Amino acid sequence: MMTTRILQGLGRFYIFLLLAFLYLPIIIMALMSFNVSPFYQLPFEWTTEWYASLWQNDQLIAATWNSLEIAVITTLISVVLGTAASLALYRYDFRGKKFLQALLFPPIAIPWLITGTAMLIFFFGVGIGRGLFAILLGHVALALPYVIVVVSARLQTFAPELEEAARSLGANQWQVTRRVTLPWIMPGVIAGGLFAFAVSFDQFVVSYFLATPGQTTLPVEIYAAIRKGFTPEINAVSTIIIVVSMALMLLTARFFKFGGEK
Amino acid sequence: MAVQGAVASRSGLRSALPLLAPAYLWLTVAIFLPLSAMVFFSFMTDLPLSGKPWEFTLGNYAAFFSQSLYLTLLLASLRLGLEVTLWCVVIGYPAAYVLAKVLKGRSREAIFLLVILPFWSNGLVRIFSWAMVLREGGILDTALNAVLPFKINIDLMYSYPAVIIGLVHSYVPYMVLTCYLTLQAIDDSLIEAGRSLGASRLQVLKRVIIPLSMPGLVAGAALIFVPVVGSFMEPRILGGRTGTFYGTVIEDQFVAVFNWPLGAALSFILLAVVLVILAVASPVLKRAA
Repeated sequence: MMTTRILQGLGRFYIFLLLAFLYLPIIIMALMSFNVSPFYQLPFEWTTEWYASLWQNDQLIAATWNSLEIAVITTLISVVLGTAASLALYRYDFRGKKFLQALLFPPIAIPWLITGTAMLIFFFGVGIGRGLFAILLGHVALALPYVIVVVSARLQTFAPELEEAARSLGANQWQVTRRVTLPWIMPGVIAGGLFAFAVSFDQFVVSYFLATPGQTTLPVEIYAAIRKGFTPEINAVSTIIIVVSMALMLLTARFFKFGGEK
Repeated sequence: MAVQGAVASRSGLRSALPLLAPAYLWLTVAIFLPLSAMVFFSFMTDLPLSGKPWEFTLGNYAAFFSQSLYLTLLLASLRLGLEVTLWCVVIGYPAAYVLAKVLKGRSREAIFLLVILPFWSNGLVRIFSWAMVLREGGILDTALNAVLPFKINIDLMYSYPAVIIGLVHSYVPYMVLTCYLTLQAIDDSLIEAGRSLGASRLQVLKRVIIPLSMPGLVAGAALIFVPVVGSFMEPRILGGRTGTFYGTVIEDQFVAVFNWPLGAALSFILLAVVLVILAVASPVLKRAA
């Protein structure tokens, strides 16, 4: 039918517009990071000067290392603890299980502004204070629910008979987990880990409230720089971050179907 | 699994506990205790750790209700949340429909990934990227002046529309995602049946498609509205002086004014508002699950 085809064409065009809206600012920012003019003036002249000057910025480099370290440690801890919890929630029935599952919801749903300020108050109150350790504590807590949700989703596709078969063949609980269950849920575990890394590496709000001048992360440092004034250096480091985090999510998508189809 | 009865339940908990305890202890220490502590502090005159004398007070909450500033800002933030959510519905729902019902196969998968990819990239950086576009002499200004025969000045930076644009850009993928999930679950034969029984496209949309995808719309709206009401970084960067909202006032209490008890009270009021909204949305969400 004619109208159907016209409507479908319009639909495709509309999606194209949406993608333009989503990506143009990012592309422009990336281009400006290669532009000579420090005031983002056109015409465009190519330079890598701003990337080179990033290497001279010790503060930024230190913050980048902090961000990477915290993201890696957050990933390791939250994957181990989260996978264990998912297995327990999958295998056993007990009173209060529904409640425990519901408890995963608030950390995801409550705005980070509230969680972050609450952590600041509490950590200060019990003597943990601010700094990198506090940021790590917070990041793991933010990442855990995501890991548990993703791994649990993968466990839904696992046939419990497989565990029973292994058990009846004489495998003990640890062997069953290591040889049967874990290999099956590995894509979910990896996806959960990548989620955890992204939650931590891109986390701004919670880190912002828990950071101190010497102990800070890359997003917090960038926010401070933006508030001082825009510079092409911020564009350069922002471009690097966005490339890294998008690459990370493409990797995640390989292991975990977002659409939930198939 | 055929585990039933109270006895079995108790043994289930005993086996589950070692696996569960570390994760939930961590969540308790880093999320649930802090939230409780926040409530506690919001009733104090000063932090007990600062060495200064402190006592219990309702003063922080009295401040909220007696000074119209805070209530005005909360309303401004709620309005901001509503506007951003509406724009996300208007922009995101048609896109989700095209993805779910028009595109097929690999191109659908690829475009779906492209739409939700920015969502998982750094939010702060994406907000900052709009500064390049919106400011005077920025890309939008230059591009429009190159096309239009007359001279206009586009300087949206540091304005309310800039904040809206930035937030919609940040959150619209959420709406596409949740609506797509419910839309693609709608059986095409239902739509065809409606059409063959003589319903117009509009009627099918109104009577079949929108009602069936309601859970996705509500889920998306809740997931967008809640964080937008608590946003502070986006209004600060794109709104400048006009970007004072409830979230930025809370931020100020913690990083500039250092009135933590008042900040805690304001945070707790926001939490209460958020919980009410989620409670209202949850029956629809449960039906979807």
